Amino acid sequence: MCETTQAVFTLNYPRIQIPFEITLWVLLASFAKIGFHVYHKITVWVPESCLLISIGLIVGGIMHSLHEKPPAVLTSNAFFLYMLPPIVLDSGYFMPTRPFFENFGTVLWFAVVGTLWNSIGIGISLFAICQIEVFGVQDITLQENFLFASIISAVEPVAVLTVFEDISVHEQLYIVVFGECLFNDAVTVVLYNLFNHVAALEVVEAGDVFLDIGRFFVVGLGGTIFGALFGFVTAFTTRFTGKVREIEPLIIFLYSYLAYLIAELFAISSIMAIVICALTMKYYVEENVSQRSCTTIRHVIKMVGSVSETLIFFFLGVVTITTEHEWNWGYILFALLFALLWRGLGILVLTQIINPFRTIPFNFKDQFGLAYGGLRGAVSFALAFTLPDNIGRKDLFITGTIVVIIFTVFIQGITIRPLLKLMNVRKTNRNQETINDEIHKRLMEHTVAGIEDLCGQWSHYYWKDKFMKFNNRILRKILIRDNHPESSIVALYKKLELQNAMEVLDQMSGDISAAPSLISLHEERKNASKSRKKFLSSDVTNMHELLSKNMYKIRHRTVSYTNKHTLPDDITAREILMRRHTSLRRSLRAGSFHGTNAAKMSQKYFSLPMGRSLNSRFPPRRLVHADGDIESEINYSSIRHPQRVSSKAVMPLRPLNTLKEVASSVNTVDGQNEEQRGCRRSHLGSNVSRSGHLTSHLPHGSSRNCSDGDHDAWVEEPQNNSDVQHPLMRRPHWLPQKPHDK
Amino acid sequence: MGSTNSTLLKIPNVEVLMQETGFSPAHIIRLHDRFKALDKEGRGHLCPHDFGAIKELAMNPIGDRIIGAFFSPGKETVDFHTFVKILAHFRPVDKDRPKEPNSPEPINSRSNKLKFAFQLYDQDKDGKISRDELLQVLRAMLGMQVTDEQLESIADRTIQEADLDRDDTISFEEFRKSLEKINIDHKMSIRFLR
Repeated sequence: MCETTQAVFTLNYPRIQIPFEITLWVLLASFAKIGFHVYHKITVWVPESCLLISIGLIVGGIMHSLHEKPPAVLTSNAFFLYMLPPIVLDSGYFMPTRPFFENFGTVLWFAVVGTLWNSIGIGISLFAICQIEVFGVQDITLQENFLFASIISAVEPVAVLTVFEDISVHEQLYIVVFGECLFNDAVTVVLYNLFNHVAALEVVEAGDVFLDIGRFFVVGLGGTIFGALFGFVTAFTTRFTGKVREIEPLIIFLYSYLAYLIAELFAISSIMAIVICALTMKYYVEENVSQRSCTTIRHVIKMVGSVSETLIFFFLGVVTITTEHEWNWGYILFALLFALLWRGLGILVLTQIINPFRTIPFNFKDQFGLAYGGLRGAVSFALAFTLPDNIGRKDLFITGTIVVIIFTVFIQGITIRPLLKLMNVRKTNRNQETINDEIHKRLMEHTVAGIEDLCGQWSHYYWKDKFMKFNNRILRKILIRDNHPESSIVALYKKLELQNAMEVLDQMSGDISAAPSLISLHEERKNASKSRKKFLSSDVTNMHELLSKNMYKIRHRTVSYTNKHTLPDDITAREILMRRHTSLRRSLRAGSFHGTNAAKMSQKYFSLPMGRSLNSRFPPRRLVHADGDIESEINYSSIRHPQRVSSKAVMPLRPLNTLKEVASSVNTVDGQNEEQRGCRRSHLGSNVSRSGHLTSHLPHGSSRNCSDGDHDAWVEEPQNNSDVQHPLMRRPHWLPQKPHDK
Repeated sequence: MGSTNSTLLKIPNVEVLMQETGFSPAHIIRLHDRFKALDKEGRGHLCPHDFGAIKELAMNPIGDRIIGAFFSPGKETVDFHTFVKILAHFRPVDKDRPKEPNSPEPINSRSNKLKFAFQLYDQDKDGKISRDELLQVLRAMLGMQVTDEQLESIADRTIQEADLDRDDTISFEEFRKSLEKINIDHKMSIRFLR
């Protein structure tokens, strides 16, 4: 009698095998990524891609010795349908649109013409090499050479951009590299398909060539139009998702992916489609969706893109060890040589041609950055792998691609930083500059940057203006839910406020010291004796260091938005906006422009046009978010009667702490002089009363209204607008003003 | 963008403007387009609110000071002429302009550029940069991590380096003198305004 006993404990591996292995691989790659950042020094000198490949090599070695095969991640379908879209979406979504469109011509020029130049140049040179008998590669046809050349021409931005950030490469270069990488993905894929198709043919006729060129345009433009279409549809859909906030991110992703897939269906450029889709929809979507959805979208895109990229580099390492290689010294080394040579030449020539058309021409250092920064990466790799098998020398090509990628990523990736630094040597010795010089110079730089922004952009202005008009009149009405033409700076400020508020809730750590209050400085100054301090040279050096670390960088050197691996960081922006809070706040008040008190500083701007009230522009309901975000309603009655009190005191502007609200009162007429520095608002809703202690009422999330009692308080002394609930209104009002009833 | 002449004609006193500022007609037209674009309501003059709409300017640490420089005390609007004249400060210096003995100093002279920078500090327009004014600017330009004492010592040092008559403020002359080694033309010019 045999019965099958019921096992108490079973192991059913095959059932979960595939998801399990996927999860493990992703986890492994993520550990690698975490591991790198433990030692900060490593990531400074070695780009992440190098590290990932190294780890991949190690793992590949292990697998090889165990005679395991790596998962078939880099097959055509898996790569193009699953791994590539997230990366491209990431690039597209975080592309800074304004500089991008301003440099559009240059970007296209380098991407399209540059890649063509590279491919054709490398292809022909390699073909010439093939003719030399010594290398034994005569069987490679011209078409196959072109194919290979197109594969190794595609540049990859990751390492380059990380390095560019630390060196002061200006925005223009950044955008060109960024855009070039994006577009030349598309171009390469198109060329690849083209040459693939051509390589399969035995005889190439002239007609075919023209057809293919025509096809190139169809593909490119088709992708763009498709993308734009999907972008608009997405924006339109998000207009109606007011009640179902949870699925908003999902909609974005679905539509983007759909754009990609359908473009693949029609064999037009799916990469262009998804990028243009992301670009188009971003603007409208971010106005329609809630704050949380916006954050979610950004985070998820970054996450998936980052994972995808990590995996690809990782597998690059793994597969390098585990595939069958075919090595041919001559061919491969020459391929490498030509790749570098043609890129350098290409950049040189193309820059010469396009420089006259640019407002800010590229100098030699820029060109070097562009040329040397042409690292190859993921796309080349995948394309090599997906070569059809009827190409005789497929293994040779794969090996060649891997060599080029590894060389550029390791050698160029690691050395580009020191080289750029070398070229960037400061002419003047820092320590010979006085503190005076440094400060004034920085002020002037900020001034010039500001005036440049004021002037706007010269050349493409006309089209942009036309588009903006069209946008405002037609598109916004259709695609955006509540369409209020409010000042963009106020909108931005509100958005930052909300984000800020949420962050405050997240990090309640107390390590942010009380804001250096200038009031306290002022008072201490009055009390302190006015002896001249002696400064040691070490003091001065310290000051120099302090300045260099802490002075805000000029706008066009702050390239945080283009860091591929992190989210856009607007800490600086936040700090600056917080400080200018009062002046911004006044923009929402019907206040007067110039204070009559001559001692008032910088308090003069952004008043509404006379006679208009706030309600006409910002109806309160706009700010209520249904998903339980911070609900705040502006109570406009309080704003319309801003109570201000005059004071003879000359109070300097007190800067506002970004995350903690420091309450303080100012010198009042009756000499009451309370210093409330150090009182902290621990969350959004706290409140400062006039007698100098924190009353922390107003639980977060409830809607609050201004009580009349505090109105009176304002009349007597200049006071913090304690009870105005809207974040914009709630800052202490430290500057005494003339009583002003409107 | 319209034909050159017709647009130029629409601007009153454009000849005088070009003479005073040294801008070419093409630049005047571009500036005029920009002015009109900023002046969203088409009133013919700009108010601070219009400047506020420029996002990047708002992100500038001294953005409000820059905007304030456009509005002379007591005035709340900027017309096109004033707009252009202020922007003329940022033209690169014309090196080969003949020095006529009786003509007034060009707007983009080194001295005038320095005056512009000076007024960004000197908000109360008393002709001197006081310690407080300096502190304010420093506060605006430095990140939040800088403490009071550090700020104060920097301000003290700055004044010490520049202040020659020991009145604890920096007058315009002292300001100018302290910056004599710096190439102001390079620092305070915008290339595309040439």
